[in-house]
Amino acid sequence: MISSPTTQRPPRVRNPFIHLALIASILIVLLPYYLMIVTSLKPLPEVFTYPFKWLPSRPAWENYIEAWTHAPFGRYFLNSAIISVAETSGVLLTSALAGYAFARMRFAGREALFVLFLGTLMVPGQVQLVPNYITITRLGWLNTYYALIVPWLASVFGIFFMRQFFATIPQELQDAATIDGASHLTFLRRVVVPLSRPAFITVALLTFLGSWNALTWPLIVTNTPEMRPIMVGLLSFSNEWGTQPRLLMAAATFSVLPVLLLFFVLQRYFIQGIARAGMKF
Amino acid sequence: MVVEARAGASAHPRSRSRTTRRLLENLEAYAFLLPAVIILAVFHLFPIGYAFVVSLLRWNLIDPVRPFVGLANYRQLLTDEKFVLALVNTSYYAVVSVALAVPLALGFAVLLNRKLTGMSWYRTAFFIPYVTPLAAGAMAWHWLYNPDQFGLLNYLIGKLGIPPQQWLLSPEQAMPALIAVAIWSSLGRDIVILLAGLQNISTEYYEAAQIDGASPWQLFRHITLPLLSPTTYFILVISMIGALQVFALPLFMTGGGPLNRTLTIVYSIYQQGFQYFRMGYAAAQAYVLFLIIFLITMLQRQVAARRVHYDI
Repeated sequence: MISSPTTQRPPRVRNPFIHLALIASILIVLLPYYLMIVTSLKPLPEVFTYPFKWLPSRPAWENYIEAWTHAPFGRYFLNSAIISVAETSGVLLTSALAGYAFARMRFAGREALFVLFLGTLMVPGQVQLVPNYITITRLGWLNTYYALIVPWLASVFGIFFMRQFFATIPQELQDAATIDGASHLTFLRRVVVPLSRPAFITVALLTFLGSWNALTWPLIVTNTPEMRPIMVGLLSFSNEWGTQPRLLMAAATFSVLPVLLLFFVLQRYFIQGIARAGMKF
Repeated sequence: MVVEARAGASAHPRSRSRTTRRLLENLEAYAFLLPAVIILAVFHLFPIGYAFVVSLLRWNLIDPVRPFVGLANYRQLLTDEKFVLALVNTSYYAVVSVALAVPLALGFAVLLNRKLTGMSWYRTAFFIPYVTPLAAGAMAWHWLYNPDQFGLLNYLIGKLGIPPQQWLLSPEQAMPALIAVAIWSSLGRDIVILLAGLQNISTEYYEAAQIDGASPWQLFRHITLPLLSPTTYFILVISMIGALQVFALPLFMTGGGPLNRTLTIVYSIYQQGFQYFRMGYAAAQAYVLFLIIFLITMLQRQVAARRVHYDI
């Protein structure tokens, strides 16, 4: 998909101004992170000073301890981890099965069902908000993990993405497997899944990211701190401790950390995943 | 389950009739689809219809009586000054943020699309805000926009001789301030997608045009722009849809204020539905948002049919 740089890009241009412009832009892009980290490490008297202090006189690590103990952040992280892992595993499983059916099986109503699924992508999520809240209330799931996880165990994007990927696997492989007596499930597990690693990684990363950063749904279906994921916890923390930037920035820093670590470890997959998701539609 | 049943039935595969085989294949496919279908039907498809039904009711969550009121909720929306303001605010946000973000991303993508030392470092740096939870990013920007003179942004513009600004506390500046954060957050995603699109354009076009003596601007205008248009169109559509659903930014940074000037449609849905528990009224607002997104996407398709070149 992304072709090698040597064959496809316009010729090299040596221009220091391009680097200058890019470095200046990057500095602006990274400025909020700098402010976040430096404020989180400032002792109290150095937060509200004029002129602005670019570096703290000493790193005030106690801000992190204070922020961490003012709210059950451990619980928030645990909740987010449970929700994101469950949701990601669920989406991978349901998307692989349904994507396989759409790509490699023949059944009555295939096109109609596919169009119906794709049609839901046109509908903004807020439309489902009120009815889903009512459904969750009727099921007695309000303020439980079920409410936070179950509605998101399948994703039209995931199904569509898997289908596009599975469709590129040569038919000869499937014919050979059928002759060897392999069922669809065996072919999916033994051949399709190993060949589709990039698709699985892309769907997994995008689902995990979406789940970890989700705000609206967890905000409306949780009502006690015990059930809050980190983003909702961060919101209540910022309402409660709004006058203490050093604590807010410490909390923001440690809630960003897991996602950014994941990003730096799997950077290549993230960037290719986004690029690929863009190209598939 | 179905797989086992099938294996059992195929003890004499050749004697099995075609119809039975087709039926079994159908059943197997439905079994593969079942988990996804259940979730999507209950939580994604059914609610689309049900939301419309709810929007025709006066439904207070605590009150067991939910009278059918027809289109009264929709009629009330037309005269609800707060909702009309939310519509105006959201349109302003969507139009300005998309109109600024897409050309900006295109500019950076073109700059990065060459054999540039450190290119992947730049790309990564632009991408970081996109993977940062918007909630945390919004908190950092909120502090950056602090209206006192010790706020970092006011300190920096003070160096240029500009007096401290109110930023998020100013009815005029609050929305532009949110738009800046929105662009900051989505720029990396747009650049990465546009870069992938740029790399799909064959260098042969450029080489041929350069032999004919085309200037860099002509190359951009007559090769890059038309051949990139499917990617640009995709970004325009997803950016516009995303912008019309803006919620986290005003929730974290302004609470919809000052003077409701950053109250957006989704913020209004949240307030009506989950703070005042007026389910019918919230559902009606969500349907209006659906209609707006639908119409704009259709309009974009119409324009795309004339302006987007798919013949690479």
